Amino acid sequence: MIRVVLPAHLRILAKAPAEVQLDVQAPATLASVLDALEARYPMLGGTIRDHTTKQRRAFLRFFACSEDISHEPPDAPLPAPVASGAEPLLVIGAIAGG
Amino acid sequence: MSSVRVLVGTRKGAFILTADGTRKNWRIDGPHFGGWELYHLKGSPADPNRLYASQCSGWFGQTVQRSSDGGKTWEPVGNKFAYDGVPGTHQWYDGTPHPWEFKRVWHFEPSLTDPDTVYAGIEDAALFRSTDGGATWHELPGLRGHGSGPKWQPGAGGMCLHTILLDPTNPLRMYIAISAAGAFRTDDGGQNWKAINQGLRSQYIPDPTAEVGHCVHHVAMNPSRPNVLFMQKHWDVMRSDNAGDTWHEVSGNLPTDFGFVIDVHAHQPETIYVVPIKSDSEHYPPDGKLRVWRSRTGGNEWEELARGLPERDCYVNVLRDAMAVDSLDSCGVYFGTTGGQVFCSPDSGDTWTPIVSHLPGVLSIEVQTLP
Repeated sequence: MIRVVLPAHLRILAKAPAEVQLDVQAPATLASVLDALEARYPMLGGTIRDHTTKQRRAFLRFFACSEDISHEPPDAPLPAPVASGAEPLLVIGAIAGG
Repeated sequence: MSSVRVLVGTRKGAFILTADGTRKNWRIDGPHFGGWELYHLKGSPADPNRLYASQCSGWFGQTVQRSSDGGKTWEPVGNKFAYDGVPGTHQWYDGTPHPWEFKRVWHFEPSLTDPDTVYAGIEDAALFRSTDGGATWHELPGLRGHGSGPKWQPGAGGMCLHTILLDPTNPLRMYIAISAAGAFRTDDGGQNWKAINQGLRSQYIPDPTAEVGHCVHHVAMNPSRPNVLFMQKHWDVMRSDNAGDTWHEVSGNLPTDFGFVIDVHAHQPETIYVVPIKSDSEHYPPDGKLRVWRSRTGGNEWEELARGLPERDCYVNVLRDAMAVDSLDSCGVYFGTTGGQVFCSPDSGDTWTPIVSHLPGVLSIEVQTLP
């Protein structure tokens, strides 16, 4: 079970809880977690990554175990504490804008 | 008694303003989608409770919201706008080719007859249509296939398709306008398009009378006369009496013929409204006085409308989709400002009253006249 924490705007958009729990087949990767997230909440399609290219939107980042994993390959296994559910995967919106 | 519902898109959410036919006492509902940019909201003429809203954000991109109860509740629908085929390139600010990239929806135009059919004008400029209530979107590729696409270029606000006009007498005819490409018309339901910019003159492009490249800010039409079009161009207020085949200038005695909005009285097709704005870079009203100018002669002869509007120290703008009219017997005229005010005139422009004064910057205004 993977735990995902979404930015407030996306929680509101998806009517999702503060922490989303997803069953993802091992080995869990960023891509497979986002696939599962978008399958449960279709309205999140295109809001975190591009519909077609799957590129991360520029003002979003992925944090795990106090590390920024945004630039890791999307098919790389997530850190073990995230894969085991001990730590959440954080989707972070940039603190920017007006 | 009839009532009106004003749909307001702002930089930080949507607001719905309602009043009875006297248009004196208003209920302000919102913000909906607080924190998001709401470029445009519009209701279906076939079902006034069906609304579409363009919700977007620099962080999270584009989403589309649909309401089936007049804006009380909303549900997100499809937000995938994929260009048909290989998108190709348009002209970038520096003149180099630049790939077409979807950025946002500027304008929704629901079908006149089917609540589930709606057109979307997007940036980078293209026209999309949904026939399933917004669940899926498909490009009408004939527009970008017009052949002039590589010469289109973005204005300061982006390369947006911002105006969509449906001819109520001919379901195959539609007009659109793009900044900065110009106006286009289809007579076959969107398969083929014709650039309709003859008569426009734009000194800021290499050939001032080129077929495309004109920074058209908005086009308006009275449904009773769909062959007569009025245009606020970057500079110049223009008129066409032949469905856009040719245009002539009707700026007349306006204090400046720059501006963004233009609209037509609901019952008097020769009565039109603009908000003159100082430019090229100031983009606020001349002398700090916010004014609507009205022509009752279809242009050229304009009168200044001032009663109830700010007399001094007003430095706001009125953006291209931020004016609308209702269709009550005494036509109401509405506009919103970048300073967050929404003004209403219940008497065709003679007097004005702010409905609300401190919203986020207003991006768009639409009005529904309800039975």
